[in-house]
Amino acid sequence: MMRVAEKAKSEGNIKIVEDATCTFCGCLCDDMVLTVDVDAKKITKAKNACVLGKALFLNYEEEDRPFALIGGKEATTAEAVEEAAQILANARFPIIYGMSDTTCETQRKAVGLMDMLGGTIDSTTSVCHGPTGMALQGVGESTATLGEIKNRADLVIYWGGNPAESLPRHFARYAVTAKGMYTPNRKKDRTIVNIDVRHTKSVPVADIFIQVKPGADFELLWALRALVKNRHVDPNIEKKTGVSLKTMKDLVERMKNCRYGVLFFGMGLTMTRGRHFNSAAILSLGSDLNEYTHFIATPMRGHGNVTGADTVVAWQTGYPFGVNFSRGYPKFNPGEFTATDMFVRGDADAGLILASDPGSNFTQAAVDHMKKIPMIVLDPKYTHTAKLARVAFTTAHYGINVPGTAYRSDGVPIELRTCLDSKYPSDEEVITAIYRRVEQLLIAKKRSKGANNKRQKAA
Amino acid sequence: MDKTMILVPGRTTKQGVGLIDSKFKKDYREATTTVEINVEDMARLGLEDGCKVKLRSADGVVTVKCTGRRTEDLPPGLMFIAYGPPTSKLMGKDTAASGMPLSKHLEVELKRVS
Repeated sequence: MMRVAEKAKSEGNIKIVEDATCTFCGCLCDDMVLTVDVDAKKITKAKNACVLGKALFLNYEEEDRPFALIGGKEATTAEAVEEAAQILANARFPIIYGMSDTTCETQRKAVGLMDMLGGTIDSTTSVCHGPTGMALQGVGESTATLGEIKNRADLVIYWGGNPAESLPRHFARYAVTAKGMYTPNRKKDRTIVNIDVRHTKSVPVADIFIQVKPGADFELLWALRALVKNRHVDPNIEKKTGVSLKTMKDLVERMKNCRYGVLFFGMGLTMTRGRHFNSAAILSLGSDLNEYTHFIATPMRGHGNVTGADTVVAWQTGYPFGVNFSRGYPKFNPGEFTATDMFVRGDADAGLILASDPGSNFTQAAVDHMKKIPMIVLDPKYTHTAKLARVAFTTAHYGINVPGTAYRSDGVPIELRTCLDSKYPSDEEVITAIYRRVEQLLIAKKRSKGANNKRQKAA
Repeated sequence: MDKTMILVPGRTTKQGVGLIDSKFKKDYREATTTVEINVEDMARLGLEDGCKVKLRSADGVVTVKCTGRRTEDLPPGLMFIAYGPPTSKLMGKDTAASGMPLSKHLEVELKRVS
C-alpha cells in the first residue's frame, strides 16, 4: 500500500498536520489542519473541522483498554486471533458485517476472508443506501463528483436528508455556499430546495421548503416524473402527498430550466415505505431531466468509508453488499444475504463485526440472535456489540493512527494522513492475522478429512 | 390516554457528538432518549416538557422523555427522536427482502408514564 506523503511540521512536541481527512461522515473533508501534542497523544486543534469533526479529533484519546477480550477476560491480540480463527473455521455460515469506518485495504482483506470461508460479506450499506444500491442496478444513475456539483449546480434539491446535522460541511464545501467555477456568487447563483416530512435544521438554508406527508415520497416522485414528461397528473395527488399540484409544477419548471441540477437524497427515502422503489424513482427522475438539461441524482452517505465498502465489495465480487460465497462464487440477494435478515432468521452461526455497532443499531430480533452465536468485534471503542461478543479486539483509529484509502460519498478516493501512532493494531493487521490462521486451519481440516477417507477406504 | 403517532428517528448533532465520546455516556443517552412532540399534541395528551412517555410499536416498547416542538417545525401526529438503542427496539424485523427494516415513520402508541 502506498502511503500518502506526510504534510507535517514539528516544533518541539507540537506537530501540525496539514490536509488530514476527517472520517466522520461521507463528506470526507480532506482539508483538516490538525495541531497535535505528540507527547500527550492528543489533538488539540482541528482547523476547518465541523462540530462532528471537532468531536472526532479533539475527543480522541488512546484509552487504556485491553488489546482484546475473550469471553470478557483480558487477552492478547494473538490469543484473540486464535480464538477468532477457530470460531470462523468451524462455522458453517459465517458473516462479516460493517466495514463503514475502516480502510479499503481492510475491506479487501475482509472480502477475501469470507471468500475463503464460503461465508457472507455485508456492510452497513444494507441498512443505509442498500436500497439505492439495488435501485441503481435496475435504473442506473446520472451522477457526478461533488467538485463538479460545486462548480456547476445552480439548482440543489435535498430530499429526505438533514445534512445540517449529519453532514455539516456539505452546504459550505459542495453545494450551497461553496464558491464554484460557474457559481462564483455562491448561494446567490443557486436555488436551494428542501423536501422533507418535517422542518429540520437544514430547512433554513433553503429557498423553497416542500413538506411531504410521511410515506408519500414515491407518489410525489412519480408525479414529478409524469409532469416532467408533460403527462396529466390527477389532482388527488395533493391529498395523498400533502403537496399542491401548483407547487409540483413550479418545481418541475425550475428543474427543467436550470443549467445544472442535483438531487441529493437520504434515509428519508431508503428507510421508509418503498425503500428501493423510492431510490429508483429519484434516480429515474434525475435521469429523465437530462432530456431538458443536465441533472444528477446522488445519495448522501453518513459514514466515512461506507462508499469505500460498496466500491471494494463491488470490484471484488461484482455486487456492492450482501454477497454470499457458499457456492464458490459470489451471489447477491438482499433479504437473504443481508445481515439483518441473516441474524433475524438465525442463519448466521458466527459473526465478525468490523467497524460498526449493530448491537446498538439493529432490530431486537437480530440482536437476540447475535447473543446466541459466537461474535467477533474489531473496534477502537467499547461498543454495544463488543459487550455481547465472544472476542473483542481493540484496534487503532483509521485516519488518525492508521493510513489507508477511503472513498468520499461521490466515489472519489481519498488517501488518509495520520497524525499519531497507536499501540493497538490496525483492523487490517488483525483481519490479515485471522485470515492466515483460518487458512492454516482449513488446510489442516482438509488434510485430516483426506486422511480419514483413506483410512476408511483401506478398512 | 393512548395515542398512535408516527415516529421519525434520525441523526442529530448532539447524538453524533455523543457517540464519538461514548454511547454509554450521558450526552448520547440523553440525545437518544428524548422524543420531540408537536406542542398541540402535547397539550391534547396532557404532557409537559421532561415528562416520561412509553412508546410502543408492534415490535417493542421503550420509555423516553419528551420535549415540545412548534407546529411549523414538527406537524401534529409526527414525533422525532435521535436514533439509537431505544429506536432500534421499536424497529420491525421484516426487510421485505431488501435488507432494510423500516427504520423511519414507525407507528407507535404513546402513553404517559409519569
